Amino acid sequence: MAIIERPRELAPASFVSPKQAAGSFHRPVQTKGWKSWFFTIDHKKLGIMYGVAAMFFFLVGGTEALLIRIQLAQPNGKFVNAQLYNELFTTHGTTMVFLFVMPMAAAFANYFVPLQIGARDVAFPRMNAFGFWCFLSGGIFLYLSPLLGGLPDGGWFAYAPNTGPIFSPSHGMDFWALALQITGIASLTGSINLIVTILNMRAPGMKMMMMPVFTWMILVVQFLLVFAIPVITVALFLLTFQRRFGATFFDVKAGADPLLWQHLFWLFGHPEVYILILPSFGIVSEVLPVFAKKPLFGYKFVVFSGAAIGFMGWGVWAHHMFASGLGPISVMVFSLTTMFIAVPTGVKIINWVGTLWGGTLRFTTAMMFAIGLIVEFTIGGLSGVTHAVSPSDTQQTDTYYIIAHFHYVLFGGAVFGLFAGFYYWWPKVFGRMLDEKLGKINFWLMVIGTNFTFGPMHIVGLQGQPRRMYTYKAGYGFGPWNLVETIGSFIIALAVGTFLWNVVKTNGITGKKPRTAPLDPWDARTYEWMTTSPPKEHNFDSIPVVSHLDEFFHRKYAEDANGNMVKVATGEEILADQIAHADKHIHMPSPSYWPLVLAVSLPIIALGVIFSTYLAVVGGAICVMAAYGWAIEPSTADESDFENPAGPSTEVTVHV
Amino acid sequence: MSDVLDTVTDSGHDAHADHGHADVEHGAHGSSGLSNNKLAMWLFLGSDCLLFGGLISTYMLYRGRVQRGPNPNELYNIPFTSVSSFVLLMSSLTMVLAVTAAGRNDDRRMRIWLCTTAFLGSLFVGAQVFEFRSFYLKGLGFTTNLFGSSFFTLTGFHGVHVTLGVIMLLSIVGMTLRGKIPGRKAEVVELIGLYWHFVDIVWIVIFTLVYLIPS
Repeated sequence: MAIIERPRELAPASFVSPKQAAGSFHRPVQTKGWKSWFFTIDHKKLGIMYGVAAMFFFLVGGTEALLIRIQLAQPNGKFVNAQLYNELFTTHGTTMVFLFVMPMAAAFANYFVPLQIGARDVAFPRMNAFGFWCFLSGGIFLYLSPLLGGLPDGGWFAYAPNTGPIFSPSHGMDFWALALQITGIASLTGSINLIVTILNMRAPGMKMMMMPVFTWMILVVQFLLVFAIPVITVALFLLTFQRRFGATFFDVKAGADPLLWQHLFWLFGHPEVYILILPSFGIVSEVLPVFAKKPLFGYKFVVFSGAAIGFMGWGVWAHHMFASGLGPISVMVFSLTTMFIAVPTGVKIINWVGTLWGGTLRFTTAMMFAIGLIVEFTIGGLSGVTHAVSPSDTQQTDTYYIIAHFHYVLFGGAVFGLFAGFYYWWPKVFGRMLDEKLGKINFWLMVIGTNFTFGPMHIVGLQGQPRRMYTYKAGYGFGPWNLVETIGSFIIALAVGTFLWNVVKTNGITGKKPRTAPLDPWDARTYEWMTTSPPKEHNFDSIPVVSHLDEFFHRKYAEDANGNMVKVATGEEILADQIAHADKHIHMPSPSYWPLVLAVSLPIIALGVIFSTYLAVVGGAICVMAAYGWAIEPSTADESDFENPAGPSTEVTVHV
Repeated sequence: MSDVLDTVTDSGHDAHADHGHADVEHGAHGSSGLSNNKLAMWLFLGSDCLLFGGLISTYMLYRGRVQRGPNPNELYNIPFTSVSSFVLLMSSLTMVLAVTAAGRNDDRRMRIWLCTTAFLGSLFVGAQVFEFRSFYLKGLGFTTNLFGSSFFTLTGFHGVHVTLGVIMLLSIVGMTLRGKIPGRKAEVVELIGLYWHFVDIVWIVIFTLVYLIPS
């Protein structure tokens, strides 16, 4: 039994005209309906919203990939023209990196980091909502471009001067640069928020080295974001200033250095690679111990190698530029650092294999995706090491070999990890089980599709098929392999379709009554499973004190006289104990309009930068208004914001 | 960074309540020893360092590349910029005085020093506008050459930072007058102080690299 202040739905319904609160509006305190989602600052709702929006962009980016593959299925393809092909691969890359993998990782981080460290929300809930709306408005802004002058067409890394006004005259790259600027704000605010949350708001007793590995990897990623985002911010500003205001940064005629963009972009871009993969490493490090029924082998090594990747990730960016004529010394230095960074990654692979070794393995879908990540990522990692050998890399630059490499690490790695996360945490988030049989079909289709699509790219790449070419001639021998790749890509689409069908089928969307998930379906080990599924708004009725790594496991199991681990408590008993000691007064911050308003002002300003100063002024005015509204709004709603103001004396007991 | 809320901290109006240990843990000072707000401000400033790092690198790469239009040595008026730099540095001093006054709950002195800081800051921005205008009149526009683009971008970004600082300072003064600061006042002033000192330190770097070292 817990007592929660402001039990809105239970109070008697009598409308009293509210005083105006600090802002000009009263707070959107609804707990039901669309308003409870649009103005929410609850990290769990925002996590779900991140996930849904990212999934939508995954389908968009996937459709673009299929169109690319249809065009390349045969020599001399006529399905799309060269310009549309440029636009497709540019938006495919941009969408998958910035609008799918990053926000999907943010979805997991938002949802699970507070739960894994025993916090009731993140440190700055309104900033969290602002981050989500920035990401979404940035994504929508990017996809306004086809309506207003063309999709971006300069490649996802947008090499200037190729993306300057001369070679890319449509508004596409303007939209690209400003959209990434807006999603960059989302990443920056999100990263500051999560770092503060992790460093400051852990449950009592939880030392840094008792944090679940997923939280650790998210912490490393957020530090990477804090320092990588400003670098691309600079690059994007320079590009925008050149394209919109005639600055000369990338104007080679005026003496500009075309390597400036490459350095700025990859100084961001290489840490970005780890920003994409480390969350999945974290997910896999959670999944493997649970389904191997063993603690993670070498927890400290996994944590420190993750941190080491975070540091070393800053020293390898120029391996993306071996073909640009850096000079022998730079090339040698970056070759060496690139070889070194394979070491901490290899350490992680060994730890995961060591976790499986001798374990009691249960091959659930989540486990299979996790093992899939180990295998597919290792293939991508091995081809990655070949890029450290600069003569070989120079040969492979801009061929399909590179495409093969980074799709094995990003699709076979990052995306497999995210799918492991879907299957593992679905019962926690929605209280429903995904269908395991469909899950296994999903997994095998995904594995087959991945290897059919990206495997042959190694071969045609080494044979010299260049990337970013909208067609190729017959007679080079690329044709049959490309057809295999295209078939593979449709198998992946089938796999994703299976997943979506699984979601529809098992969550009551078809009208069939869904199966409620057990409280602890996997015999899990970590803190987030010590509350209800889905968790309540305040996450925990009382915050359990932590004394171990894998706290939940240590509450469930104890050693008997022979040194064997035996079950001494169930998840239900542990939860009942927590509820019995519930905190009496839990104050949660109140929802707010301002994060949404502030985020919506940004694309208006950006449209103004492209089309009209007046629009920018309007956007700026909304932005200033929202900033002030936010600044003077207290974090919890005033009594008068509620439709039925209740004095402090009318606390109502809520049975839970 | 006016977001001053402690998520789950009790606002403290019901002293009799039995609060869970979580609330104690989540109080003003978390496990890192810094409050949430201050830690967030430090992280933001760390991030901002790299923003200026990128802009300064761009300027250093391009400062000598003048194909047409005036070059840096013909334009810089070192004595003038030294004076405006001195004004900005002095504003750090007045900011410290404002933070101290806020710590002592001396609202009147705090407002005086905040206003002084804002005034010195605007003086600096005014001098920058004057300087930009004189450069423009001598033939250096934003699009004239690489030096022009990178100079105006770098110093312009710094000027925008100072301007935002001035707006924040004046907003704080206004909000304390109307009693509308959520959270602890002294900490809010201290946070803006951190930002203000950071902007000053960045100017020292820019002044040295851009103005004092001849190209």
